[in-house]
This record gives sequence, C-alpha cells and structure tokens, in this order.
Amino acid sequence: MLDGFSAETLARAQFAFTVSFHIIFPAFSIGLASFLAVLNALWLRTGDRSYLTLFDYWKKIFAVAFGMGVVSGIVMSYQFGTNWSVFSDRAGPVIGPLMAYEVLSAFFLEAGFLGIMLFGRERVGDGLHMFATAMVAFGTLMSATWILSVNSWMQTPAGFSIAANGQFVPEDWWAIIFNPSFPYRLVHMVLAAFLTTSLVVGAVGAWHLLRDRTDPEARRMFSMAMWMAAIVTPIQIFAGDAHGLNTLEHQPAKVMAMEGHYDSHPDGAPLILFGIPNTAERRIDYAIEVPKLSSLILKHDLNAPLAGLDSVPQDEQPPVAIVFYSFRVMVGLGFAMLALGVGSLWLRVRGRLYDAPWLHRAAILMGPTGFVAVLAGWITTEVGRQPYTVYGLLRTGDSLAPVAAPAVVTSLIAFILVYFCVFGAGTIYILRMMNKRPATPRLGLRDGPIRTAGITPAPQVERDFIPDQGASK
Amino acid sequence: MIFDLAFIWAGLIAFAVLTYVILDGFDLGIGILFPFGRSDQDRDLMMNSVAPVWDGNETWLVLGGGGLFAVFPLAYAIVMPALYMPITLMLLALVFRGVSFEYRWRVSNKRVWDAAFFGGSLIAALCQGIALGALVQGIRIEGRAYAGGWFDWLTPFSVLTGVAVVIGYALLGATWLVLKTEGRIQMQMRGYSWWLGAATLGLIGIVSLLTPFQDPIYLQRWFNMPGSLFSVLVPLIMLGLSWSFLRGLNDQKDLQPFLSALGFFVVSFVGIGISFYPMMVPPTLTIQQAAAPESSLAFALVGAAILLPIILAYTVYAYWVFRGKIDPSQGYH
Ligand code: HDD
Ligand code: HEM
Ligand code: HEM
Repeated sequence: MLDGFSAETLARAQFAFTVSFHIIFPAFSIGLASFLAVLNALWLRTGDRSYLTLFDYWKKIFAVAFGMGVVSGIVMSYQFGTNWSVFSDRAGPVIGPLMAYEVLSAFFLEAGFLGIMLFGRERVGDGLHMFATAMVAFGTLMSATWILSVNSWMQTPAGFSIAANGQFVPEDWWAIIFNPSFPYRLVHMVLAAFLTTSLVVGAVGAWHLLRDRTDPEARRMFSMAMWMAAIVTPIQIFAGDAHGLNTLEHQPAKVMAMEGHYDSHPDGAPLILFGIPNTAERRIDYAIEVPKLSSLILKHDLNAPLAGLDSVPQDEQPPVAIVFYSFRVMVGLGFAMLALGVGSLWLRVRGRLYDAPWLHRAAILMGPTGFVAVLAGWITTEVGRQPYTVYGLLRTGDSLAPVAAPAVVTSLIAFILVYFCVFGAGTIYILRMMNKRPATPRLGLRDGPIRTAGITPAPQVERDFIPDQGASK
Repeated sequence: MIFDLAFIWAGLIAFAVLTYVILDGFDLGIGILFPFGRSDQDRDLMMNSVAPVWDGNETWLVLGGGGLFAVFPLAYAIVMPALYMPITLMLLALVFRGVSFEYRWRVSNKRVWDAAFFGGSLIAALCQGIALGALVQGIRIEGRAYAGGWFDWLTPFSVLTGVAVVIGYALLGATWLVLKTEGRIQMQMRGYSWWLGAATLGLIGIVSLLTPFQDPIYLQRWFNMPGSLFSVLVPLIMLGLSWSFLRGLNDQKDLQPFLSALGFFVVSFVGIGISFYPMMVPPTLTIQQAAAPESSLAFALVGAAILLPIILAYTVYAYWVFRGKIDPSQGYH
C-alpha cells in the first residue's frame, strides 16, 4: 500500500512517526518526575499523609509512562543510523558527543535511581529515597537539555567547520551547545512539559471531584495543578513569543510559513488569524486578518516591512500548509490553557474552586491538550525547517541512508502496528489507573486492596475496587 | 601510536558493549526462561528479581549505540544500514519486553504480556547474536557507505551465533536465579544450568572453530604476536572457568556459577576483540579511519572520564540496595 513512495519519503514518515510517539512520553514524564519530587518533599516536610498517597498514586502511573518513554527512546537512538546514515556520518562529530553526554549524564541517572525511587523506600530510608526521587527528576531535565541542544544545533548550526570529507568538525563546543536557538527552545519545551503534566493532573483531580467533591487527595491535586496552569501558561506564551522572534532572525522562511505570508508586505504585514492555505495559487483563502498586527508582533512597529516567501527560492521553502495549521493549533490551545488558568484563579479567589462542576468539566476537557500542543509545536519546528536537516547546509534528501524502499516500508508498517498496539494498551492501563481514586491502595487490577493495613475503611475501597475475575491467586 | 584518543575510545566502546552484554544478558535470559516458570508466582518472582535494575542495564545499549555515533560516526553510519533488519527487529522486540515489566501487573489475564516478555527477550537476544555474526563475516563498503543488500546479514553462521547468544543469555539468567532465589525455583534453575552451561561451552567452541573460515585474516591475528600469547591464554582461562562453573554447581554455591558464566562471556568477548583488532568494521574499516575528528573525541572523553566512574559507583550501589534473595511478597505493585 505504500509502494510508489521513495525511500526518502518513507524514511521521513518513519522518523516523524517514531519521534512523535516518543515525545509524548517525555512531555509527561519530565513534568511528572518533578511533580513526584515535590510531592515527596512535601510529605517529608509536612507529614500530611495525602501527599504520600498522591506520591504512591502518581508513582505507578509514572512507571508505566516512563517505561514507554524508554523503549520508544531506544528506537530513536538507532533511527539516525538506520535511516539517516549520511546525516550521521557528517553531523555525527558534532551532535554525537552531545548525545553521548545525554546518555552519560541523564539516562544513567534516571535509570540508576528509578529502581530505588519505585521499590526502595523501605530499603534505603526516607532521606536516600528523596535523593533518588530528586535525581530521577533532575535526570529527565538533563536529558531534555542535551537533546534540545542537539535539535537546536540542527536548526541554528554554530561553532563548526566543514572538513574535506564533508564532515562537520566541531571547533567551539560552547558555541555548539549554546547555539542561538537553544535557550529559547529549552525554556519553551520544559515549560511545555510542566504544563502538559499539570493539565493531566488537573483533569484527573477534576474527574474525582465530580464524583466526590470532598475527596481530600482529589482536592489537593486539583489545586496544585490549577496553580501550575495559572502561573506557567502566561510565562509559556511569553516564551513562545520570544522564541518566534529568535526564529525570525535565524530561520525567516519558517516564520513566513507559520504566518502564511506568501507575499512580501513593504509597509506593515497583517496577522492572519485563520484561513486556508492555497498552495497552488500561493495565497491564503478566506483569510481573517488583522492589518499590520504581524509587523507589530514581530518587529514592534506597525509599518515595518516584512518579507514573504516570494523572496525565498522555491527549493528552499518549507511546506506552508502543515506549518500554518500546526502553529495555529498550538497557539490556540495556549490561549485555551490561559483561559482555564484564569478561570481557576477567579474561582479560587471566590472560594469555589472545588464546587464548580463546569470548571472541573473544562479541566477534564483540557487534560489531553498539552500533548496536542507539544506535537503541534514540534511539527511547526521540524516541518518549518525543511528541506534541511542541518539548516542551510545539509538537505534532508542528501541525508538519507542507502536503504531500499521495501526495507523501509516493512519496518515502517511494523513500527506502526507495534506502536499502536503497545502504546495503545499502555494508554488504556494508565487511564484505568487514573479512574481509580488516589486512596485506592493498589492500582494493579489483579491485586485486590490490602485490608490488613487498617487505615483504609472498607467501603471507601469497595467503590473503586474492580474485582478481578481471572487470576485469583 | 597505540594510546591515542581513537584507541582509547575503541576500548571504551568495547567496555560499554561488554557491560551491556553481561548486565542485560542475564535479564534477557530471565525472559528466555520465562515459559519454564512453573506458576504465576514463580514468574512474578523471576521478573521481580530484575525489575529494579533492567532499565539501567539496557542503558548500556544506548551508550554503545550513542557512543559509536559520537566517536565513530562513520562506523555507525555503515553498520546500521547493513544490519537494518536485525537492528529494527531487536528494537521492536525490546519495546515488547520493556513494557511488559509494568503492563503485566495491570491486567487480569497476564498471558499476553508473559508471552511478550518471553518473545521480546528471545528475539532481542537472537538479533544481537545475528548482528555479531554478520559483523564477524564482514561488511561490504564503498566510499563512505554500506554497499551490500538488505539480506546480507542472514547466513548460517550468523544464525549460529544468534542461537549461541540465546543459549548463553539463558545460562546467565538461570545462574542469576540460582543466586537470587531459594527453594524450588533455585533447584530447578540449578538443574537447567548444567545443560545450558554445557550447550554454551559447546557453541562457543563451534563458533571459535568456524570464525577463521569467515576471513583467514582472523587466523593470522591469533598466530602472530601479541595474538599468539592469547591463543595460549584464552583456552586455559576458559578451562579454568569451566572448572569453577562445574564446581560451583556441584557444591551448591550461589554466586560462583553466575560469576563463572559471566567469565565465559568476558573471555569470548576478548577473543572477538583480538580477531577484529585493528579493524572497527571488518574487513576494511580501521579504528583510525572510522574515528571522529580529534575535537569530538577529546570533548566526549572528558565527559566519559568524569561520569563513567560515577555511573559505575551508583550502579554498584543500586545492586547493593537490592542485594540478597528476593522476598516473594515484595514489589510495589
Ligand atoms: C524534551 C525532551 C526529549 C526529547 C526532545 C527527546 N527525548 Fe528521548 N527521552 C527524554 C526526553 C526527550 C526523557 C524524559 O529523558 C526520557 C523519556 C522517558 C525516559 O525514560 O527518559 C527519554 C528517553 C529516551 C531514551 C531511553 C533512555 C533510557 O534508556 O533510559 C533514549 C535512547 C532517547 N530518549 C533518545 C532520544 C532521541 C534519539 C531523541 C531525538 C530524536 C529524543 N530522545 C528526543
Ligand atoms: C521530540 C520531538 C520531535 C518531534 C515531534 C519531531 C517531529 C518531526 C517531524 C514531524 C519531522 C518530519 C518533517 C518532515 O519530514 O516534513 C521531523 C524531522 C526530523 N527531525 Fe524531528 N522532531 C522532534 C525532535 C527531534 C529531535 C530532538 C531531533 C534530533 C535529535 C530531531 C531530528 C529530526 C531529523 C533528523 C529530521 C529529518 C528527517 C525528516 O525530515 O523526517 N527531531 N521531526
Ligand atoms: C500561545 C502562545 C505560544 C506561542 C506564541 C508559541 C510559539 C512557538 C514558536 C514560534 C515555535 C517554533 C519555534 C521554531 O521556530 O522552531 C514553537 C514551538 C513549540 N511550541 Fe510553542 N508557542 C505557544 C504555546 C505553546 C504551548 C501552550 C505549548 C505546549 C504546551 C507549546 C509547545 C511547543 C513545542 C513543544 C515546540 C517545539 C519545540 C521548540 O521549538 O521549542 N507552545 N512555539
């Protein structure tokens, strides 16, 4: 069914597919790891059991999400070689060491302390357990730092020379790591991960509040999540704006595609809110636009001239439609998140945070939108820098491995089948765990609740306990 | 010069791969032995014996691949397309296997994820062995790229090395369980260890005999200095290890069979190193040719020199935390 496509298109599809699946898990586990560290610290400091309950609850969900992140990530680290070997050969000397640092400083840290965080509280005591939990959180942030440095270098390469054999040779590591777009991308992505997580936590809290608005753990997590949403969203919008200005400086063609500016505007460019890109005619149909606003945002001057895609050679232009839409999805969701945050603040001030079912319904609705915004953001970034893998220097078409199309088709289909089955199942398990109230002592289906502990009144447990038919061991 | 950066790095990559093989080897082995667990409880126990450490073990695979990418990008760019199918299959198998550690506890019918754990471990081990065999046979290169077809890796020899690795990992798994469990399971695994040990040694022997036929240069390397020193040493060490392995099983020791089985792997690995040296990708790409520019090697080495000892320290610590026989009632699920 996929013949007729070139090995290049197929390899791109495969990379886009596997990395899009992968990024979903980090977006969640980066935020959740930090959330867990905070919960554990609060429990140790205040002695309030609801923090411990929440820690144990989210810990199990984290374990599943993290597992999926690891296995999809291992695939990524080999994809460069299998599908993009020319790219690997040429860019390897620059980005390879950064990725090696990621493995050494981040992956091992996460992996080494994960076991202790999940299984070791009794064995090592509270202090070391807290340390392990903090190390896992720190590891996820380190990992984001390195990989975003790699990605940013591909977008805005710096600090290198090109050798006779075509390899990029590192000249100045500082300039490579702190390349021009890296700080913006790092801040924007880490905030995105925190936002994504807080929206998920908020949705789960809201779900349980709708069932029982006195549930103490549900109240606690909902409140924490809404604080995050209210504080982080405005910062994120601000960061995104700064990121856009940086992109205008280094990758103007990408911004033209994001804005839908096919034509240059010598005296003030309009901001196109919505519209349908017409690739054949090279214009935006049915555009709803605000005159001169784009110049104001991008140049801080209503009448500043703004170049359009007509100033860029055809074979250096990114595909406009995908970038145009995905950018609007991200920004639209950003403002929806802002509305949620502001709404929660308003109700909080009036003391009705836990008694407003419409807010809870809205929070549930917003639960998955962080993931959508993250994906939309990456699609904007990555499609917008086409047709290059190393911006301006190495074309995607020249990066390809000498692999035969049939090999790529076969593996692509295999990846699609396996990912949908495996990660689909994982998502169902996570949703099932989220559906149980936080005080449920054991979230695994086949383990019934333990009553021996005595602190959980049986009726409270009963309601959420899904009896296990199969394995009554 | 022998001690330049490229050679140090070749040594470090070899170290990472070896560490991967001996660490993930036993937990893949647990997966391969999974269907032989006699009850759900037994299988729970088998899986729990590696649950806290498997992720760390697998990270060495990422270091092997990522490290190769960083310091020998050309080798990475040639080997990955050459081994496209086995590598992709291995990755998919690792997906199944990795998630079953969690999924298995989240369903009432565990059979699906039991099978995924077994199948994933088996196929991953098989593919690793096949990849090794294909590498020993040599990879066809033109210019800076792989020049063969996409089924070149599949030969009787590579299938043989695949089977050898599966059996060898199963041996590591069985002896690990001898170390970590007691009672009925331990007896069962001790029984398996006898057979698996014999089979592993037999297969190592056959593969060693066949290796020179893949490329006569391998034979030369063994019979020239300094290789010929090893030609005497390696069989002697192997004999000593076999003796210690058998004694350990016979005297019902817990740790000795596991350590001896690890020894089989270390010695075989050193043997492969001797055959390859000074090639990075046989038959034609040398370590020097494959190496990244000096600035990459030096920068990455600083990180490795500082971080590897720390990693080893906390890895040892993590194993120490979870030392001793595992308690059947534990786990966090
Ligand atoms: C912004 C964050 C981010 C981005 C853009 C990526 N990753 Fe990732 N990755 C993580 C953040 C992360 C993480 C949070 O550190 C993960 C997620 C779950 C986990 O286990 O660690 C992870 C896991 C993870 C693993 C498994 C590590 C282990 O064994 O513990 C590998 C090999 C990779 N990633 C490799 C990649 C590659 C090659 C990427 C680019 C194409 C990539 N990641 C993009
Ligand atoms: C993790 C979030 C990411 C997502 C969702 C993502 C998404 C995408 C998408 C959709 C494409 C396809 C563009 C096209 O072909 O039109 C692409 C291309 C690419 N990305 Fe990313 N990307 C991500 C991160 C990264 C990172 C961190 C790296 C580098 C380490 C990277 C390296 C590449 C490369 C090499 C290509 C070119 C191959 C291609 O065109 O498909 N990406 N990415
Ligand atoms: C509403 C205001 C927002 C603006 C103005 C904005 C702006 C941008 C811009 C300009 C880019 C492209 C960067 C490039 O040129 O490569 C981008 C990328 C991205 N955005 Fe946003 N964004 C906003 C909201 C969000 C939200 C709410 C999320 C997620 C929760 C998000 C997640 C991402 C991600 C993951 C990327 C790709 C990584 C990167 O390049 O940083 N953004 N954003």
